[in-house]
Formats: sequence, C-alpha cells, structure tokens
Amino acid sequence: MSSCKEKDMARDILRDIKKLGIKKEVRIMEVCGTHTQTIARYGIKNILPENIKLISGPGCPVCVTPASHVDLAIKLAEEEDVIITTYGDAYKLPGSEKSLAEVGKNVKIVYSVDEVIEMCRAQRDKEFVHLSIGFETTAPAIASVLLKNPELENFSIIPSNKLIPPAMQYLIKNDCKIDGFICPGHVSAIIGAKPYERIAKVYEKPCVISGFEAIDVLKSILMILNQIKNNISKVEIEYKRLVKYEGNKIAREKMDKVFKASNAYWRGIGNIPSSGLKLRNRFKRFDAPKRYKIKLKDAKEIKPGCLCSKIIVGNALPTQCKLFRKECTPYKPYGPCMVSVEGACNVAFRYG
Amino acid sequence: MAHVWSPLKVHAMLHLDMDKAKISVSHGAGGRMMQELIKEIASIIENKKTRDGRGIDVLEDAGIANINGTKIAFTTDSYTVDPIFFPGGSIGKLAVCGTINDLAVMGAKPLALTLALVLEEGFPMAELKKIVMDINKEVKKANVAIISGDTKVMEKGKIDKIIINTAGIGIVRYDVSDYYARPGDKVMVSGSIGDHGMALLARRFKFETKLKSDCSSIASMALSLLKTGGIRVMKDPTRGGLAACLNEIAEKSKVDMVVYEDKVPIKEEVRSVGEVLGIDPMHTACEGRCVIIAKEEKAEEILNMAKRFDRNASIIGDVVKGSGKVFIETKIGSKRYLESPIGELYPRIC
Repeated sequence: MSSCKEKDMARDILRDIKKLGIKKEVRIMEVCGTHTQTIARYGIKNILPENIKLISGPGCPVCVTPASHVDLAIKLAEEEDVIITTYGDAYKLPGSEKSLAEVGKNVKIVYSVDEVIEMCRAQRDKEFVHLSIGFETTAPAIASVLLKNPELENFSIIPSNKLIPPAMQYLIKNDCKIDGFICPGHVSAIIGAKPYERIAKVYEKPCVISGFEAIDVLKSILMILNQIKNNISKVEIEYKRLVKYEGNKIAREKMDKVFKASNAYWRGIGNIPSSGLKLRNRFKRFDAPKRYKIKLKDAKEIKPGCLCSKIIVGNALPTQCKLFRKECTPYKPYGPCMVSVEGACNVAFRYG
Repeated sequence: MAHVWSPLKVHAMLHLDMDKAKISVSHGAGGRMMQELIKEIASIIENKKTRDGRGIDVLEDAGIANINGTKIAFTTDSYTVDPIFFPGGSIGKLAVCGTINDLAVMGAKPLALTLALVLEEGFPMAELKKIVMDINKEVKKANVAIISGDTKVMEKGKIDKIIINTAGIGIVRYDVSDYYARPGDKVMVSGSIGDHGMALLARRFKFETKLKSDCSSIASMALSLLKTGGIRVMKDPTRGGLAACLNEIAEKSKVDMVVYEDKVPIKEEVRSVGEVLGIDPMHTACEGRCVIIAKEEKAEEILNMAKRFDRNASIIGDVVKGSGKVFIETKIGSKRYLESPIGELYPRIC
C-alpha cells in the first residue's frame, strides 16, 4: 500500500467516524499488545475525536505472566543447572526479587521453540526448560513440538500459556467500563471469531477482529462505532486477509491434544477460570514443575506503589502511576507492564 | 563505537551509580543507557582534548587534533558481532569500514588504521585468515594502510570467538559537526535504513531472506558530497539506528526535527522482518549509510549527487526551531516523538 494512499484512506475513515455524530464518550479496548503498539506508533489517539477513548487491555503476554513462574525459572537456572529459554521480551520481566536477565548464567533468549529443540538435540547432556508464555498464538507451536518430538528427554516447559476470550469476559463481569473490543488478529487466526460471539450477544459489546496496520485499526474503530450508532453488537472481522470465521482447525486440534483449559493466575488481575493451558497427563513428563518437583510459591506479583493491576484492566493510565518514568523505566522495569515492547507502560514511555 | 557518544537526553531518570551498578548488555546497545554510561566515563577523564582540538568534550564520531595547522581526525572502535560472517560482510569488513566511516563523516580523508585482534583459544585459523583477507580487501578498496597492529589470545570461554579493534586517522578537509544543524536545513539519508541490523537479526533467528548488510565504506561518497559545500552535519546511523542518530544531532544542535515517515527509505523485507520481530527498522543499525543535514539551497544538488551512489538516497525531513526533539509525521498523518531506542533490542514474542 503506498503511503500516499494510506493518508487518504485515514482521512476518509476519520471523516466517516465524525459523520456518525456520536457525542457520548466511547471506551474501546484494544485487547492485544501489538495493537497498543500500532496505536502509539502511528499516533492514532491523536487524530481520533476526543470522546473516543482507546484503552489498553490485558493482551500483552509478558505483562500477565505471574512472578511465581519467573521465580521458578530462576530457581531452575540457579539451582538445577538447567538452561532456561525465554522469548526476548520476557527476559527482563521481574520475578519476586529479580528477573532472568539478572541471573547471569543458564538463560538463553530464543525467538521460537524450534530453536530450543535444535539446542536440545545439539547438547544432549544439558537439560532445557522453556518458559512457555503467550496466548493462542504460541500454544500451537509448543503443542506441535511436543507432538513431533515425544522422545525428547532433555526438554520441558513451564506451562504459562493463556487464553484471551475468558479474560475479556472476566473484565466485563468485573465492571470494567468498555463499550467495544478491538480483538486480537493473530490469536483470532487460530481461534476464529466464534469465541467472541458470547461477548457480543450476551454482554452486548461489539467485537471487531483487527489487523495490525494503522489503517486496519482505524477501520476497526469505525466498525465498532457503526455498531454502537446502530445499537447492535456482533462479531465482525476486519482482518479478513488472515482470519477466517472458523479459525485454524488444525492448530486448535494440536492444542487440544496437548493442553487442557485450567484456571490461571493473570498477573495484576487475579485468577480467571478456564483461562490457562495445562499439559494433559500424557504429556506431563514435559511439565517442568513436576519434573523437577518444584512447587510454585506465592510471589510478589505487584509490588507496592505499582499501578499495573489497574492499568492492565484499563482502569488507569500509565501516566497516572507515581513510579512511571521515575523508579519504573524500561531500563529497570519495576512493574510487569513496563517490560515488553507491547506493555502499556513501555509503549507509553517510548511514544510518550 | 565512537560515533554514538553524546550527552544524555534527560527524558528519564536513569540513576546510573558507577559505584554500585553493573554493566548490562543494554549499556552497549546504542541507546540512552549507553549514552549515560559514556557520559559517566567522560566525566572522570580530565584531559578531554588537545589544544585547539575537539575531543570527548563534544563527543563526536572522531576527535580532532590540531598538529601544526593540520587537522587530524582520530577515532577508535571495537567490533564484536554475532554471527562473525553475515550476508553482505564479516567482522573484518565491518572493522575497516566502521572506522573509515567515522573519519569520513567528520569531513576527513581516511589515511591509516591500526588493527588489534583479540582471539579466543580454539578459534579456527582458517576463519581468521578469511577475516584478515576481508580486511585487506577493504583497506585496498578505500586506499588506506594498516600501519600498526596487535594480537592477543584469551583462554577458551573468556571471550566469544574474536574481538577486533581498529583505530584510524584522517586529514580533515571539511568542517562538519553534530552541532551545526540549523532551522531550515534538510534532513537526508544516503540509502535505505536498517539493512545491517535486520539482516543480522534475520540470520540469527534463521529466517530465510534475501537481506544483506549494507556494510561498506562511505568515504568516497562522503567526500564527493562534502565538496558541494552545502553539508553542515554528517553522521553514520550505526547502533541505535536512524532514531538515535537524529536525536543526537537534534540535542547537540539544539534544534527540533520533523521526519516524514513515508519519505524514509526502508526495504520491504527489512520492514517485514521488523514487524515479525517487533523491532523498529528506525532503531536498527546501518553500517554503510550516512545521515546528512544540508543547507536548504544545496539540498537538491546534494540529493541528486547522492542518488548516483545509491538510488534510495532521500530527503526525509526538516530541521526546525526547537530544543532537541525529533518528531515523526506518521503515514496516517499523525505526529509523535521519534525516540532513541532504550537499550538492547529484544525480539518480541507474538
């Protein structure tokens, strides 16, 4: 798409938004951290009418990973001499006392779990534990690896994958003021549109699955506002070039073979029923806490003074936190939302 | 690397306490953390320049010493890169081009280099030979000489394969400086942005791409463009990328800049690797490009000349009155700050 065309398209969408003539405040949550990035990177908030508020949601996988899981990874790296592999943006995620970045040994950054498998094959005398975080996007990859390599003896995971739709329902039930959702694109490519139907039908919140370009997000906002204007709420797909209504059946089947839904703790939010993935019994040998017989301990999830638990559910802005830009910066994150480039505080810090 | 030394931007409180803190990878990544570290180091050194020269008091790509009326640019740089052989170059090529480029952007004609090799025990001789052959090739191409050298070997595991340091001198022909940008000037880049950094990231994460590093000497191009007399600032956007480079110039010159996103040349493949990894091409290193701040009336002439060396050369923005900030007008017509990266660039998860 030529950028000249994009500028024109943006102008047209904005004109259509204004034409709707909505005067009341509308709060739209972008659930996914990648959308938070797009919105900040292209300055989308600055060009929207003032009554249209965009609120960052819980869809940054690093932000919601419990400190107890980080503590566990650190313990394994330090005491069991296993190699912990992690995605780059979780490297600095604070545990109770420190982050993996501060361990100094036995921690490796990887981009995909396939890389870990290569390492496992190359160094048979070493044991590898993957900090498996992420949503429905990363879970199929992990599942596929476990299905393909049942014989691997030196590999296990700290299961920390989470599911998005239960978290959205939780927010609505807990009185978060949201009028509509920009639903994640990549997650929806796997799960399809159906899981959002309940949110649209029962809770009457318009849901639009959006792509990650600036124009995608603007279009999705227009689609949500259109629904609000016409007093309807349904699930629509803006990101048609990637997302089908039924999603990716094969990926979901793989996930189902390996994982089952379980309660999960979302950092800053709390326990959400059926929002996590745990390994099925057949695969329990890949479950690091079981393999190394380590129990998850209570951890310092949100430290004193940190506003992340409000920010992650859209009830506060990063700039309202007293620690923001002071004790808490991307150099040394204090709260979980400052760590990843998708975290609301990190995005606010960089794009100010 | 000498070229990213700059005073601290006071956007955030960094609390670098040299008596207590420890070095992290981010202190070398070209972002604000590195600037802070460098500021601390420079504050301890008392002799910062020679008489009538420029040194670490101004922190530019090379220092300048005045010797009997002749201005000599002098710079040094240590190179570590993973992988050591990458599409479009090697650590050897990088070690020569990087230092030559630091001299060239200071308006100097590079003359001679030193070469210091720190090798890890067990490093294959054949790879060393390949690296030195690359060094030789670049030195001949740039018509400079290596006139002194050193080798050290470290025990296995004490360093990662090889570290190369080169220092270089050149004779200053043109007066350019990071401090010379003025409102009204045009901001230019000599080619596409982010190729080197993204090519290496793609290789590190085993993506199949056609991306190549832009690693090359820019000395002859720089000297031809400088001849026009219309250039105030020249700088190579290495670590920290275009964003760090522009912020540094804006702060030092006490001006603001507006960059137009749709004018910045970024290759499609660089863009898509960046999207997948969550890394902004404006934050990734170039090793064969330069940023030019040109007088408005000469900008077209310089651009046309630069296009003869690289057809992607472009005017990307304007220098305006201000206090050291860089804005970007995004492709949908909104405006935001173009910030320097903070520390090490970590790929994101999904």
